[in-house]
Amino acid sequence: MKYNMTLTPEEEGILNGSQGETMAKVIKTLVLYGDAFGAEKFVDVTAPGHLVTSFGISVLKPVFSIMNELIESGLKAKMPFTLDPRPVDYDNVKCNFAQKFVFNKVIYGMQKPYEEQLKKLGLKSPKSFSCTCYLDEVGNTPKKGDILSWAESSAVVYANSVLGARCNRNSGIIELFGQILGKVPLFDLLTDEGRKAKWIIEVKTTKTPEAQILGSAIGLKVMEDVPYIKGLDKFLGTRLDDKVKSYLKDMGAATASNGAVGLYHVENLTPEAVESGSALIRDDAKVYVIDDAELERVKSSYPVIWKDANAQPERCFIGCPHLSYNQLIEWTQRFESELKKQNKSKVGLNTILSSAPEVIEHFKKDDKEMYDKLIGLGLKLTSICPLMYMNNPLCGSKPVITNSNKLRTYTSARYFTDDEITAIAVKGGF
Amino acid sequence: MAKEFKGRPVVAGNIHAKAVVSREGVNTLATFQKSALMKKKQVICSDQNNKDIYNKNLTGMALCLPKTIGSTTGGMVLHTVCALGIAPAAMLFSESIDSLAAAGVILADVWTQGTIVAVDRLGDEFLNYVQDNMTITVKQDGTVTVE
Repeated sequence: MKYNMTLTPEEEGILNGSQGETMAKVIKTLVLYGDAFGAEKFVDVTAPGHLVTSFGISVLKPVFSIMNELIESGLKAKMPFTLDPRPVDYDNVKCNFAQKFVFNKVIYGMQKPYEEQLKKLGLKSPKSFSCTCYLDEVGNTPKKGDILSWAESSAVVYANSVLGARCNRNSGIIELFGQILGKVPLFDLLTDEGRKAKWIIEVKTTKTPEAQILGSAIGLKVMEDVPYIKGLDKFLGTRLDDKVKSYLKDMGAATASNGAVGLYHVENLTPEAVESGSALIRDDAKVYVIDDAELERVKSSYPVIWKDANAQPERCFIGCPHLSYNQLIEWTQRFESELKKQNKSKVGLNTILSSAPEVIEHFKKDDKEMYDKLIGLGLKLTSICPLMYMNNPLCGSKPVITNSNKLRTYTSARYFTDDEITAIAVKGGF
Repeated sequence: MAKEFKGRPVVAGNIHAKAVVSREGVNTLATFQKSALMKKKQVICSDQNNKDIYNKNLTGMALCLPKTIGSTTGGMVLHTVCALGIAPAAMLFSESIDSLAAAGVILADVWTQGTIVAVDRLGDEFLNYVQDNMTITVKQDGTVTVE
């Protein structure tokens, strides 16, 4: 095999089969991947992994075959990993008989055997199913400078931007291979040069921009480039507290899904921007000004792709990516306030809030009163991935609303701002 | 009239196929998932947001595109459709290949019996010139002929 990366004698040996045929294929894949991006060498992975593939979709048999081959060869991740949310939760996200049948027998028929495979490959715990693995409760929180082998675009952009870790936008399977080898090819967002901004975003809005629309606007403009955001500290301050981190989580997920952003810097706020300031901006950086009119233009450009554009919503999903602890409290208070305003006691629409299992445990345990209130308002709490739930013809054809720009991008769900969706959900429709 | 373009072979190969062209980034998951889920014998693009290739057959075609976009499941989706024998014959990128597409074509090359030939850096002129159903010939060295 011809390759350009410089390998150590040990890596060369692995490529030539010193650790078996399957491990040779694992490193061959990573060498070819590194070569495609001009990587000169491998670097060690320094923190646990996060996988995107959490769903046992029957059609992914070729993926399960790779997993089997890895297991049969005695391979597993060097450190226990977390992964994205499960696709279904029949207790909190109701399905009719036909939907259940299709989920269990057709679409997610491989869920149980797949989870068995994951255990053997190094799954951290049966609770480790969340796209927000970096939250304190979930505990897969890398440090600044850590080298990661993660997939899940919203987690990668958060780890890079808010935590200052280093990770490329890896695909499913590639991230597992990096965790098995314990090394990843050095390129792009793992390098100082790759972390420099090609765009300056000037936020000139009159109030705090809706995180999900700001992220969408940035993603649609810069695509995979690194943006350096100025003017947001005016609204968010200069301290990365829980509320600000939740805002950046949602904004980042929108940049990553509406575009392909893997890293952003926020002036005076995110770790590398605080440390290096405008030295992070490339000389040839372009400028994108975002004001109130631009946010409105972006929002009004979202197509409505419901089968019946005039239908009433049947379900509302909030929490893609998963909600943090402080967001669970905020949403409970927001709904409580809107119910009072509309003189109602329970929400009128089937409204589902999604959050990591450990965050829900924390919420139930340490804020039982608020948890009881949330349930009492008629809201449902789950840990599923709304995207995986909707990504099939049966559920995808239903009129669903969401405040998630990621869910809007990948499914037929219609986007509404936090305030709009609260009012619609309480009222029970438009 | 035949026109020749030179790119970089990411997964080298010789193929001869009809072109299907997306002028915008192809969302891999949204494009391939429906046909794969329904176990179809051909991939019919299911991404309603991509007006260029929506509802068009991609199996066995030379998919011409700037790059792929979307979910980090993208690579394994490409690997899966290749293993199922319903992948495009080639993916021809005007820009540098993105990390998700690269993962997909490399996984397919190393871990399946099939191959998705991939050539990148073909340039804007390539994507401006190529039209649906033109005949594409790809050579090992990354030369792409469009006629």
